[in-house]
Amino acid sequence: MTTATASHDDHGDHSHHGPAKGIMRWVLTTNHKDIGTMYLWFSFIMLLTGGVMALIVRAELFQPGMQLIRPEFYNQMTTMHGLIMVFGAIMPAFVGLANWMVPLMIGAPDMALPRMNNWSFWILPFAFGMLLFTLFTEAGAPNFGWTFYAPLSTTYAPSSVTYFIFGVHMMGISSIMGAINIIVTILNLRAPGMTMMKMPLFVWTWFITAYLLVAVMPVLAGVVTMMLMDIHFGTAFFDAAGGGDPVLFQHVFWFFGHPEVYIMILPAFGIVSQIIPTFARKPLFGYASMVYATSSIAFLSFIVWAHHMFTVGLPLQAELFFMYATMLIAIPTGVKVFNWVSTMFRGSMTFETPMLFALAFVVLFTIGGFSGLMLSIAPADFQYHDTYFVVAHFHYVLVPGALFGIIAGVYYWLPKWTGHYYNESLGKFHFWMSFIGVNVTFFPMHFIGLAGMPRRIPDYALQFADFNAIATVGAFIFGFSQLIFLYLLIKTIRGGEKATDQVWEGAEGLEWTIPSPAPYHTFAEAPHVK
Amino acid sequence: MFFRTWQRLSSVVLGLVLAPAAMADWGLNMPQGITEVSQSIFELHMLIFWICVWIGVVVFGVMFYSIFKHRKSKGAVASKFHESLGLELLWTAVPTVILIAMAVPATTVLIQMYDTTNSDVDIKVTGHQWKWQYDYLGEDVGFFSNLTTTDDEIYNRTEKGENYLEEVDNHVVVPTGQKIRFLITSNDVIHAWWVPEIAVKKDAIPGYINESWALIPEGQEGIYRGKCAELCGVQHGFMPIVLEAVTADEYQVWLDDQRAGKVAEAAAAQGDFSYDELMVEGAAVYARSCAGCHGTEGQGMGSIFPALAGSSMALNDMAGHIDIVINGKPGTAMQSFSAQLTDVEIAAVITFERNAWGNDTGETVTPKMIIDAKK
Repeated sequence: MTTATASHDDHGDHSHHGPAKGIMRWVLTTNHKDIGTMYLWFSFIMLLTGGVMALIVRAELFQPGMQLIRPEFYNQMTTMHGLIMVFGAIMPAFVGLANWMVPLMIGAPDMALPRMNNWSFWILPFAFGMLLFTLFTEAGAPNFGWTFYAPLSTTYAPSSVTYFIFGVHMMGISSIMGAINIIVTILNLRAPGMTMMKMPLFVWTWFITAYLLVAVMPVLAGVVTMMLMDIHFGTAFFDAAGGGDPVLFQHVFWFFGHPEVYIMILPAFGIVSQIIPTFARKPLFGYASMVYATSSIAFLSFIVWAHHMFTVGLPLQAELFFMYATMLIAIPTGVKVFNWVSTMFRGSMTFETPMLFALAFVVLFTIGGFSGLMLSIAPADFQYHDTYFVVAHFHYVLVPGALFGIIAGVYYWLPKWTGHYYNESLGKFHFWMSFIGVNVTFFPMHFIGLAGMPRRIPDYALQFADFNAIATVGAFIFGFSQLIFLYLLIKTIRGGEKATDQVWEGAEGLEWTIPSPAPYHTFAEAPHVK
Repeated sequence: MFFRTWQRLSSVVLGLVLAPAAMADWGLNMPQGITEVSQSIFELHMLIFWICVWIGVVVFGVMFYSIFKHRKSKGAVASKFHESLGLELLWTAVPTVILIAMAVPATTVLIQMYDTTNSDVDIKVTGHQWKWQYDYLGEDVGFFSNLTTTDDEIYNRTEKGENYLEEVDNHVVVPTGQKIRFLITSNDVIHAWWVPEIAVKKDAIPGYINESWALIPEGQEGIYRGKCAELCGVQHGFMPIVLEAVTADEYQVWLDDQRAGKVAEAAAAQGDFSYDELMVEGAAVYARSCAGCHGTEGQGMGSIFPALAGSSMALNDMAGHIDIVINGKPGTAMQSFSAQLTDVEIAAVITFERNAWGNDTGETVTPKMIIDAKK
């Protein structure tokens, strides 16, 4: 096994140390690039899995009436889609990008805790294997929504809930270890001269995200453990009949859940903040304010959780507090958007695929932010809550938000990883199909939500039929467009135009000083940052 | 089917092109509703919407201006500026002012929504898997409200009716011109009682009683439809709400009718029913109250909802069968039907279950047996 310790470096020439051969390279690897690659492929497989579930949901909703599946399976599909996309696709993809890029960006030879890194990845396939296998059990998969509100997820849950709880624990362990690793790496392994305020924004946003993960994943573990106790050991945390409190579940869950949504967007902010300056050929506007804005968002994320619970009957004072705190988030988020736009202003822009995805991110994420601002107005939320308006909102911030951020990052760094440029026309084709698909899918959901369609229903009243049909068409366009991405990735890995070290004309940073493809070991000797 | 799909798609494209007047049919926006509160909410919604639109126009305007003007292919040379304290202060301060301006009316409306005092009518709303129960406090009137859309409509075996999935057997009737307080709770999991036109949405939570209110102005009599808004299990999409607003006088008449109906029901239970009468009635009750979980053919559903066809309770244990229908089974989705079905209906449905789908016990359960079992 190869490690990148100081004593190892004493051997001198590294180029002879390649990876081990065969499957064991991947099982035993402690190399941040290998682990990053595995995270990324894993999350792509999960994206397609969760995507198929979304298409099953959309196919059933194409017309009123139950055509393809039964309501009980529908609920399993919506639940598993949410869980897999959140915990299996978005989060591991960001960890994969962090594994690949954080050491390269700060001039570190590897992650600080390489063996733990291996373990935190290899937990994931087992966690999701266990979650997915419940689909084939007699009781069926979890069917209580990805937010698994008690008592629907405790007293009234299918028996597979126990596997779900175990799976969540494993994902949590993986995330916490990954986050600790990132924090330790950033704090200890920066190259000489790489002060905190010189770190690329992707490193900064991940640093803050990692703290959020360490803070809230144990809360998630706590809430599922309380469920486990209620289900199997006779406690009544969430059972009103036993003196417990179903609303307590929601408080604990959303204390995790709200920081969690920032966990899924902050690294995307970082990626976009790398890409826009590169293709505008102009330094990022307001670097310091970006760092402060990100920190403010992270802080605020801990004091807004009950805006998910405006209709549970909170006291008026609590309702007002959470409304005001939530509205405040618009300010730092606005600062970020204004900074990105100012970075483009009077730049010298070109529009390669990563830039296209980043620009779409800025526009569509902002639209998701606008609907978020509308949702923060508590009186209006009484009409919006639990409708498709909410579904539209969080898909706008998660799909053209988080997911487009990830895809932009993959296109941006792909030549560095593989040593080949991807096919630009194919990349642009993928972008435009995704862009059209995503808007055709999610924009009509604003309308059907405002018109009164609740979320999580397998069948709907006739007045919602037309927009549902459009959304389904969009979903299939978007879903199948991702196969273009898969084809492009495989093609680029296999060959293509040779990438230069700098890759992009306007790219700046340590990761662009090393050869393309990045050698198996990099920065064995720390670079000096001026 | 493919042709109909194509027709729908063409109409969709046309609809997007045509004037906004045509769009009204599409249900693009939140309903203004019929109460003062619902209209205040609608105004807040439109205010924040237009604020977002204008911010969007400015921000995206600058962005697209840069995209078209400051592109390399047009020979743009990048400038190097990357800071401006003044600008950054400005775009922190301006949104702060906008947010405060927005928070003031929002707070006013919220305080109004939370004032549930001085109500004229109190209605307790209880969520059950998957129906609503209404009790008019102090009036000795109460009933359950079940979906009436048939399985044949849902599974596309017949044409769907006009109010598909938005129709129930018993409307919740309320008077106009009076302040109605809703006391909302649940018997099992969390539901949410939502009628958009009166802007009332409140979670129904076991162990809690949430309050909400509405004052429907006189002249706004009519039927208003709502739905359960919180995922509550398999039939979450199939427990609508139908609110019927009538004048205060009509409301009093309706209350008297309800009370008279109850007396008549109790008297009827003392009468004699033939096996055939009970089987006909039982089939209807089964379809409405039992088939959702136990299946239209008594086949059950998965491992959670047991089959009734061939079950040992339905074949051998009559006392247990009567008991479980009357009292339910704690800790499971099997609820008590004692209050939601009349004695005649309970007798009929048990008779039906003991004789349908090959459960040929030949036994008849009479309403009197139910009355005795309840003692």
